[in-house]
Amino acid sequence: MRLNPKTSQKIMRIVLGIATGLTIFILLFIIVFMLSKGIPVLNWEFLSNFPAKMGKAGGILPTIIGTFVLTLVAIVIATPLGVGAAVYLTEYIREGKITKIIRFGAESLAGIPSIIFGLFGFILFVVTLKMGWSILSGGLTLAFMILPTIIRTSEEAIKTVPYSYREVSFSLGATKWETIKKVVLPNALPGIVTGIILGIGRSVGETAAVIFTAGSSLRLPSSLFDSVRTMSVHFYILSREGISMKNACGTAAVLVIFILAMNLTAYWIMHKFTKRNL
Amino acid sequence: MKNTKEVVIEKSLFLIALSAIFMLFLIAIFIFKEGTPLIFKVGFKNFVTSSKWFPLEGQFGIFSMILGTLWITAGALIIGVPLGLSCAIFLSEFVPRRIMAILKPTIELLAGIPSVVYGFIGMVVLVPLIRENLGGPGLSILAGSIILGIMILPTIISISIDAIQAVPRSYREGSLAMGATKWQTIHMVVLKAARSGIVASIILGMGRAIGETMAVIMVAGNAVKIPRSILDPARTLTTNIALEMGFAAGDHRQALFATGVVLFIIIMILNIIANYAVRKR
Repeated sequence: MRLNPKTSQKIMRIVLGIATGLTIFILLFIIVFMLSKGIPVLNWEFLSNFPAKMGKAGGILPTIIGTFVLTLVAIVIATPLGVGAAVYLTEYIREGKITKIIRFGAESLAGIPSIIFGLFGFILFVVTLKMGWSILSGGLTLAFMILPTIIRTSEEAIKTVPYSYREVSFSLGATKWETIKKVVLPNALPGIVTGIILGIGRSVGETAAVIFTAGSSLRLPSSLFDSVRTMSVHFYILSREGISMKNACGTAAVLVIFILAMNLTAYWIMHKFTKRNL
Repeated sequence: MKNTKEVVIEKSLFLIALSAIFMLFLIAIFIFKEGTPLIFKVGFKNFVTSSKWFPLEGQFGIFSMILGTLWITAGALIIGVPLGLSCAIFLSEFVPRRIMAILKPTIELLAGIPSVVYGFIGMVVLVPLIRENLGGPGLSILAGSIILGIMILPTIISISIDAIQAVPRSYREGSLAMGATKWQTIHMVVLKAARSGIVASIILGMGRAIGETMAVIMVAGNAVKIPRSILDPARTLTTNIALEMGFAAGDHRQALFATGVVLFIIIMILNIIANYAVRKR
């Protein structure tokens, strides 16, 4: 039987609409479920106390600090590399073989599973370079992981800076690097910051690459060579080993709230930024 | 003087630009250096076709994990591709631009949620649901497929929308002018023109499904055996590494790196195909 084209259009529209509704429902379900289970656990003590009995009781303070320092190390290493690469790709070289190779490298790196990063960080930093399970090993591994994100967003940000800005700067006698430093980068800053925020989000949520490089110590770190446990790793250990579902949900709520806030900030900056340039 | 400075800056930026490709090589070198000796020792054929994984007795065969990865990834694609593509078509063709501008980033939020959160929700919501309604242990290929099917949605939706929107307006206008309905235009003209981008989105989604670890550990049951049905538990290549890395030493640890070598090769092949598919456009 052949359907009337108009009828089939109506049917498809409904089917596609249901699929879209389902996707949005799943997204909302995940967020609402995690927050409704976790938020009742949250209070100041939970955030500011040390865990007791492996996390069965007490708070999550060291995991918050662990997440923070690990992410900081990753961002400090990945940002100059990512922005530098983006500047080179957009300002110094025409599209060609070299840009193709570099982009392929960045895109492939983005597709490498986090467990491979974990294996790699473990064998290079923890074992070969003898850094042990530490903030430095974990931070370096995460820096490798978020580099592609920072390259891609910085590149897009730099491309939106109008060419006329550069021409004005050149006509005033500025060199290429002066133009980049004083004109291009400041104007691309919101986009670059968006990339950094997305990188922070990815670092904070990562588990597989972190657990084998930064370890899972619940003590407060006193140097870059100490092991830390991030919130994601803590959440994983608590829920998988059945130590405390209540505290696991609390940790996850902090994690989800933080990641939502990061993403919203990123979109907000991006939105303001693109509007300004129109 | 100034000229030298500019040259130095350009050269150093060039080196920095190479960092991504350098890191990719570094990862490949270290994983291969650590993993290949064991593959040679056991024999590549034996390593990938034997399903006997008894690390303490020196038997290393990852066939059941390869099957586990295949089953779960296939399941994830069966769930994620139709749902994701429908979503992409609906958002780019049937919904006003302004609403899409809100819904697309909202769906992309799904990509930002940590994989342990997906795993947790799978473990406490989905697994009991499967156990009570369909039988079996609940921790299963089905649970893994559903969770991964959801996790690859943002990749498929976001890249497919970009591909669909890149189709020139004139193609649609031409088709509509010939009297085709909107849906006829979409499936006969727009989707054909956006094909390579859509294929790329599916391949990248597949890469994500194959590479995902923590969410799968929490819902798939992790048993080392050849799966017989979708309600059986299974272990994937990634979860094999993550489960045993904590205590492995010697040959055992090398075997986990060897598992990583197989995984790395599969992912790089997918990356190259995706890269080619995107280029073609």
